[in-house]
Amino acid sequence: MKASISWLKSLCPTDLSVDEIVSRLTMAGLEVDGVEAAAKPFTHVVVGEVLSVSQHPDADKLNVCEVTDGESTYQVVCGAPNVRAGLKVPFARVGAVIGEDFKIKQAKLRGVESNGMLCGADELGLSDERDGLMELPDFFVTGSDFAELLSLPDEVVEVDLTPNRGDCLSITGLARELGVLSQAQFSFVHCDPVDPESDETHDVYLSAPEGCPCYVGRVIENVDVSRPTPVWMVERLRRSGVRSIDAIVDITNYVMLELGQPMHAFDRDQLVGAIDVRMAKDGEQLVLLDGKTLTLTNDVLVIADQEKPLALAGIMGGEHSGISEKTTSVFLESAYFNPITVAGKARRYGLHTDASARFERGVDWLLAERACQRATALLIEICGGTPGPVMITDNEQALPTMQVVELSNARIEQQLKINLSTETIQQMLEALGFGVEVVDGGFRCVAPSWRFDVSIEQDLIEEIARIYGYNNLPTSLPAQALTMASVPETDTPLMRLKHYLVDQDIQEAITYSFVDPETQAVLGDGIAGVRLANPIASNLAEMRRSLLPGLVEAVRYNVNRQASRVRLFETGQCFVLQGDELDQSERVGIAIYGQSDPLHFSGDRAVDFFDLKGVVDGLGMINGGAELNWKPSEHPALAPGQTASVSLDGKVLGVVGRLHPKLARELDLPKPLFLADLALSPLLCGQVTAFKAISRYPKVLRDLAIVVDDGVAWQQIVDAVTGLSDARIQSVELFDVYRGTGVPEGRQSLALSLSLQDPEKTLDDTAIQELVDQVVQVLHEQTDAELRG
Amino acid sequence: MDNLQSIQDEALALIESADSLAHLDDVRVKFLGKKGLISAQMKTLSQLSAEERPQAGAKINTVRDRVTEVLEARKTTLEVEAEAQSLMRDAVDVTMPSRPQEIGGLHPVTRTLDRLNRLFASLGYTVATGPEIEDDWHNFEALNIPSHHPARAMHDTFYFDDGRVLRTHTSPVQIRTMVSEEPPIRIVAPGRVYRCDSDLTHTPMFHQIEGLVVDQDISFADLKGTIITFLNRFFEVDLDVRFRPSYFPFTEPSAEVDVQCVMCEGSGCRVCSHTGWLEVMGCGMVHPTVFEQTGVDTSVYKGFAFGMGIERLAMLRYEIGDLRLFYENDLQFLNQFHG
Repeated sequence: MKASISWLKSLCPTDLSVDEIVSRLTMAGLEVDGVEAAAKPFTHVVVGEVLSVSQHPDADKLNVCEVTDGESTYQVVCGAPNVRAGLKVPFARVGAVIGEDFKIKQAKLRGVESNGMLCGADELGLSDERDGLMELPDFFVTGSDFAELLSLPDEVVEVDLTPNRGDCLSITGLARELGVLSQAQFSFVHCDPVDPESDETHDVYLSAPEGCPCYVGRVIENVDVSRPTPVWMVERLRRSGVRSIDAIVDITNYVMLELGQPMHAFDRDQLVGAIDVRMAKDGEQLVLLDGKTLTLTNDVLVIADQEKPLALAGIMGGEHSGISEKTTSVFLESAYFNPITVAGKARRYGLHTDASARFERGVDWLLAERACQRATALLIEICGGTPGPVMITDNEQALPTMQVVELSNARIEQQLKINLSTETIQQMLEALGFGVEVVDGGFRCVAPSWRFDVSIEQDLIEEIARIYGYNNLPTSLPAQALTMASVPETDTPLMRLKHYLVDQDIQEAITYSFVDPETQAVLGDGIAGVRLANPIASNLAEMRRSLLPGLVEAVRYNVNRQASRVRLFETGQCFVLQGDELDQSERVGIAIYGQSDPLHFSGDRAVDFFDLKGVVDGLGMINGGAELNWKPSEHPALAPGQTASVSLDGKVLGVVGRLHPKLARELDLPKPLFLADLALSPLLCGQVTAFKAISRYPKVLRDLAIVVDDGVAWQQIVDAVTGLSDARIQSVELFDVYRGTGVPEGRQSLALSLSLQDPEKTLDDTAIQELVDQVVQVLHEQTDAELRG
Repeated sequence: MDNLQSIQDEALALIESADSLAHLDDVRVKFLGKKGLISAQMKTLSQLSAEERPQAGAKINTVRDRVTEVLEARKTTLEVEAEAQSLMRDAVDVTMPSRPQEIGGLHPVTRTLDRLNRLFASLGYTVATGPEIEDDWHNFEALNIPSHHPARAMHDTFYFDDGRVLRTHTSPVQIRTMVSEEPPIRIVAPGRVYRCDSDLTHTPMFHQIEGLVVDQDISFADLKGTIITFLNRFFEVDLDVRFRPSYFPFTEPSAEVDVQCVMCEGSGCRVCSHTGWLEVMGCGMVHPTVFEQTGVDTSVYKGFAFGMGIERLAMLRYEIGDLRLFYENDLQFLNQFHG
């Protein structure tokens, strides 16, 4: 809402500076977003009258004019096309300063002396458009100070209103607040009744009283729509950001800005029979003032005549029944539309109008008649005309009722920790328009009809806090009983996991949770993700099912920007539809690409599967030493032979593997990219260590070289040895893999290191040999292993 | 016995001139070895009479001990020299680059969230989380935003065909917590939120943290005190904080919170649009309707809630000028947040 300070002060005469007004409004919840001057500053500009006009001898487009300021006559050269004898215009005399530093001096234009300047509205900062000289009405007294006539200088404040304060979408509403905040006396605009001069009426039916419980109409005949809107009104409209259209529309807009009541004027001769305020019929069409054709549905309230819809109630009028230059008889509408009926409809049709903004938030339901009187008075004054009687059609059952709210002193003290006198509270609320009755322990308050945001005690407490000043209220910290939190040792904090990954030289990324459906299709398992109904872009249309699409895209982004080594991880929710159930659990994703280590003179190598496997195994380690189970696996986006599924306690966590080279080529990734995507929560749920006694006897290491088929997985070797279930065999580790000379084709030589230790005695050579023999035997049985000669 | 003296002289001379451990060992063998010259002298003792033998033997032993002693000393010297030479050969240019032991870093959003979590944890708040795809009830209805409410227009909501939404704020976690837990409640709920808006100062996904306290005697004063303390701790400087009345459907009274601009300390700059103030969060007393929706007894309990955008705090804290950097995941940006 834009409001000029001079207009506000006309209803609330305060001496406060503009800065102070801005500050008080803002600190009372009416945030002022900006302040600007209503016009350029100027001095020595008066109402001038053009006495004569003659062609400049040496310039086709210039005229030489005689201009008077009421005292003297000046020769002024002027280039505006609308200059003519008899015209009254703003006249900047020699010595005038316009804007910061534009000085009007005596000058010669193409050899002809010019003493001053005739001004266009744009030149004085009164319009953004260049439209010749600003034509002033004849009744402006020649020679009078132009700034004074236009209440200049003036400032315009733009108030960014929260949706609960529809009552401040008017000068009246803002001035009322300012009155409370500045202790200045606010007064309502006089809306004296205009007596009817004819009996002309127009029938109105309320077929949908829930949507429109009150409709005030008035016929005004013999109207001259060609009359210009007076400058003062054009100026006030302009300062509130509304363009002047024609006198009738300007008047309805003016009343809306002044009082907060949106109005509409119909060309009465276009109305066919009685007005009916009803719900639209499905499929009915309406051509709006802006030329757009709408197809309506039965939940939209319309103003109709007996033939067709004429206007979208509370939103916009129709083209057909609008005011035109031929209009001579006007039907004025001033109605109350239910916010719930109007809400959302404007947005549905993409129409955000001044009227809909007000009706959606709530318009004073007792205002319609006063607004009609005010508009009639202005209309008669400006356009003439013969008013008929005011016709009020209403349905009392459907009208809002006065909200009565109890307010207790105890509640104010408990919530705000202040102790205000009964008088102070009463004054505050009454100044805001509340009816206040002092009762035992508090107040009985009746909310004014313009406040749609007050229905419970807390609303009144906010009013008191607001007027008292939030910043004047005391502060404290909540008193709370000391409690000790539980600290489950099995919970690994997410931050521990993140710090671990960071310590592995991996950078955390955060990617959008919505991804490109195509990328997801390529990188996923062929199942589509949940689709957004209204994505912001087609490549952000689907919810991610894994962290892979985002991470791959982030790797690509960096590789495209000359990064040769990229290591990223992300944690976050992924969205997987399982039947009708949507799984939204968190996952952790890792992507490593490029050299295993940063460049160093000691040499380097590219990352491989085992680099990432090490990082992932570490995720198990930090979680109380959980051991992850790795199985060869397949995934459409990952390279066969370098893909594993990872599980913990029999539950599959996800996959680890190398991005398929074909995809890597398509994504312009010249080096192998290794990816992991794992369920997060099992990795954060560990177990408390159960201590096992340590042996005091020496540990013995024995190395074995065995030859097995290429297809034998290391896990099979480990499983076979573990399967012996001999506590003396503490571990089996792999320290070399060899294929080539001395090993048959299709076989591989594995070098193992057995760690042997007896918890109760020193192992002697015989016992050691027995254990080694058992291992060799079980490996032979289960994996066809031979000892290498 | 002259012979013995000359053997000793020769041995000492050779020890002196031995310039390596190998040469020295040659000398040892030559004199002290089993077939060495001194050992040979010992063998001559058998040719002497029983009376002469002890004296002659003692003389040989003296020579042998003397030679052994000098030889050991020389050996020690040579060993020290050899090790010194070896170390010289192994010397490195200590100014050359280290073997890389790099670490990654946390995203600035995570860093900020973690700090917030820890600040509030120190006051006894626990962290609560919730789903990002929410139903209408948790995201709107229960928060006193019915379908016709103009506040819905303030949320540019992402929808799914089944009517669910991407949560537009972290406030639904409030609702989930109040439904499932009995007061007293002290939680913070950090997480991703979504609005259908993208330009220089908006990304369609961003992060918020929501705070909720429900207890028997909670007042607006408690809310103010908590927020002021938090902001001073977060920015690690005592800044002026102001509360402006505002409107959120789920709180009443509601407030916007401004802090004195951290860049210009209130004198006015580009970051604060020359107002000296930065709007950083919204807050208020929990609306009774929200309590009713979630089954909290309004006659016993009061509460306050607050919410703020993490990117905004991170931008101010780390002086990041462009919001879009947060989700480009450019390593040149991410790498600046080590550890």
